[in-house]
Amino acid sequence: MTALDTMKAKDGVDQETVDAVQSVEKYKYGFSTDIEMDFAPKGVNEDIVRLISSKNEEPEWMTEWRLQAFRRWQQMDEPDWAMVHYPEIDFQDIYYYAKPKSMLVKPKSLDEVDPKLLATYEKLGIPLKEQMILAGIEGAGDTPAEGRKVAVDAVFDSVSIGTTFKDELAKAGVIFCSISEAIREHPELVKKYLGSVVPQSDNYYATLNSAVFSDGSFVYIPEGTKCPMELSTYFRINAENTGQFERTLIIADKGSYVSYLEGCTAPKRDTNQLHAAVVELVIMEDAEIKYSTVQNWFPGDENGKGGIYNFVTKRADCRGDRAKVMWTQVETGSAVTWKYPSCILRGDDSSGEFYSIAIANNYQQADTGTKMVHLGKNTKSRIVSKGISAGRAQNTYRGLVSMHPKAKNSRNYTQCDSLLIGDKCGAHTVPYIEVRNNSSRVEHEATTSKVDDEQLFYCRQRGIDEEAALALIVNGFAKEVLQSLPMEFAMEAQALVAISLEGSVG
Amino acid sequence: MLKIENLQVKLEEEDKQILKGLSLTVPSGEVHAIMGPNGSGKSTMSYVLSGKGGYEVTGGSATLDGVDLLAMEPEERAAAGLFLAFQYPVEIPGVGNMTFLRTAVNSQRKSRGEDEMSAAEFLKVIRAKAKSLKIDAEMLKRPVNVGFSGGEKKRNEILQMAMLEPKMCVLDETDSGLDVDAMKLVAEGVNALRDGKRSFLVITHYQRLLDHIKPDVVHIMADGRIIKSGGPELALEVENNGYADLLAEVA
Repeated sequence: MTALDTMKAKDGVDQETVDAVQSVEKYKYGFSTDIEMDFAPKGVNEDIVRLISSKNEEPEWMTEWRLQAFRRWQQMDEPDWAMVHYPEIDFQDIYYYAKPKSMLVKPKSLDEVDPKLLATYEKLGIPLKEQMILAGIEGAGDTPAEGRKVAVDAVFDSVSIGTTFKDELAKAGVIFCSISEAIREHPELVKKYLGSVVPQSDNYYATLNSAVFSDGSFVYIPEGTKCPMELSTYFRINAENTGQFERTLIIADKGSYVSYLEGCTAPKRDTNQLHAAVVELVIMEDAEIKYSTVQNWFPGDENGKGGIYNFVTKRADCRGDRAKVMWTQVETGSAVTWKYPSCILRGDDSSGEFYSIAIANNYQQADTGTKMVHLGKNTKSRIVSKGISAGRAQNTYRGLVSMHPKAKNSRNYTQCDSLLIGDKCGAHTVPYIEVRNNSSRVEHEATTSKVDDEQLFYCRQRGIDEEAALALIVNGFAKEVLQSLPMEFAMEAQALVAISLEGSVG
Repeated sequence: MLKIENLQVKLEEEDKQILKGLSLTVPSGEVHAIMGPNGSGKSTMSYVLSGKGGYEVTGGSATLDGVDLLAMEPEERAAAGLFLAFQYPVEIPGVGNMTFLRTAVNSQRKSRGEDEMSAAEFLKVIRAKAKSLKIDAEMLKRPVNVGFSGGEKKRNEILQMAMLEPKMCVLDETDSGLDVDAMKLVAEGVNALRDGKRSFLVITHYQRLLDHIKPDVVHIMADGRIIKSGGPELALEVENNGYADLLAEVA
């Protein structure tokens, strides 16, 4: 897989040293699984769209919906306003559908799933067995380890492998399944909400996604229900030259609540891979969704070779009064990120929050932020963005706060901090603020700082090595955001911060 | 035992020699003080011993219990038992004082091949030590040195020293910027750590700190080397007459 695998110990270099070097795997999810796949031919056209639709056994209306999107997409141009640079993508040189062969006949339960697939997830540390996840929490405010259930939907390349705790969730009336299953089993819900937050024609990548999305997760929380456990989806890109287009749709009906976690990884490859997802959240009156992402797609190597192009459209629509949504994202992976999880605050007194840590190291480029669109009265939004740049990376915060004429007495608070490590990286802040009424208030604070040598030396004098010191300082910088993550994700995110910054000092 | 022999150091960036053959020995269990006019190289010595970047050692050696300090990374020197109480402790926003110290304690233990201290044990020890230094539990939760007063910062340095239990403590003008009461408190903290084995090198401009931390030996440093060593009375002499006479003696 890497050059090191075949490295022979040179004279004078003992095997121990070689082993030690090999064990310092920077991106520990970089393995690939050798699995027989069923691919659709490369490229995209109406036949491919129809093929994907038929592979998913979709009804006619869904096929039509996809085709409509595809026709639209053909007339659109790739956006170029973001502060990211990459070679032109040949959209005809990508596989749009890849499915493990063992999944051709749908397994009835997780017990029937190819053990190789299950092993992949096990290696990633993702529990596909219905077991309690024990979060042994370290730290000064020690609490005893507590058992927590998290239901998982695992998406491997283009298909959902399986969803855990389905029965238990069904008892509470919660629907948690793959979107392809939802299209078949719950067409009325999908028809009503799909594309209602991110319309088919929203933007280039969202439109492409609408045409070719292969799978993703679907969640419906019925009125007045607090989802009995955290829900989570783990996306894994495995096959080479394959685009991943997943679609997530979450509906929180009146007075309901759900916390949703999303994680993603991919093998190390020299070539770039495209990931263009769409996430739609619908939040009704008095309902609340917390959506947390730890994005750890392969970022490319230290010379900028390979890595995922991550062009994602995420939007939440607070349709009812007092609806609440909170986006939390930890962005450490991807070669190029283009992502703005947004909140449409339509209902009166609704609120949106966005907490983000974006780390870019080596040659990574991130252009990320949020949009807070205040439409209803007394709506509130809060943005806390922490951008960390190291190596030769470029990190841009791009955010829009828009107060519409009817959004009387609305408020926004934005805090946007950038941290620079080294002198070859860049941080950029591009806030757009539109206020079209005179009773709303918008606050924007921004800072840029550098990890200074004095701080690093102080830590090292106390016995903390340089990389650990840097991780400590950066985690301190991003603390507010880490605190908003669910416990087990926070631990993972902290560790990820340390891994992502390896090699950025010294 | 700290042994510095004929240490010669220049700035990395410019051709400026700062330490010009510094020799000094602090046997275990002893407290030595270093006094000297501004620019004599006192702080440079503390930075070079602890491994701060920006200096180039052009000659001589520095060992702690026979181990070559200069060949090690800063964190290795710390684990070997060297502690520097900074003149200006830095702020680390967002990192809790307690988290910082526990990371430090366990990093050192780990590199010495010892077991890590459990959270519960750590909490117990730090609470007891903080109490004896009159450090408020609230201060332990605040981010490292952020918003601390001058006195709090110095007390925090002493607390770190108490937790890390070094063999050799270098205090770089720990008394600067402290009022009399704060200085006394810091001195008490240091005295509490004197156990007959631990050594101290106290850099100071003022004799008054040495009223509280009684040194075994006082060294006078000027122009990058020790020009005179003696008992505590040497500090009094400096206090009364300044450095002019001493400098004239060696000139």
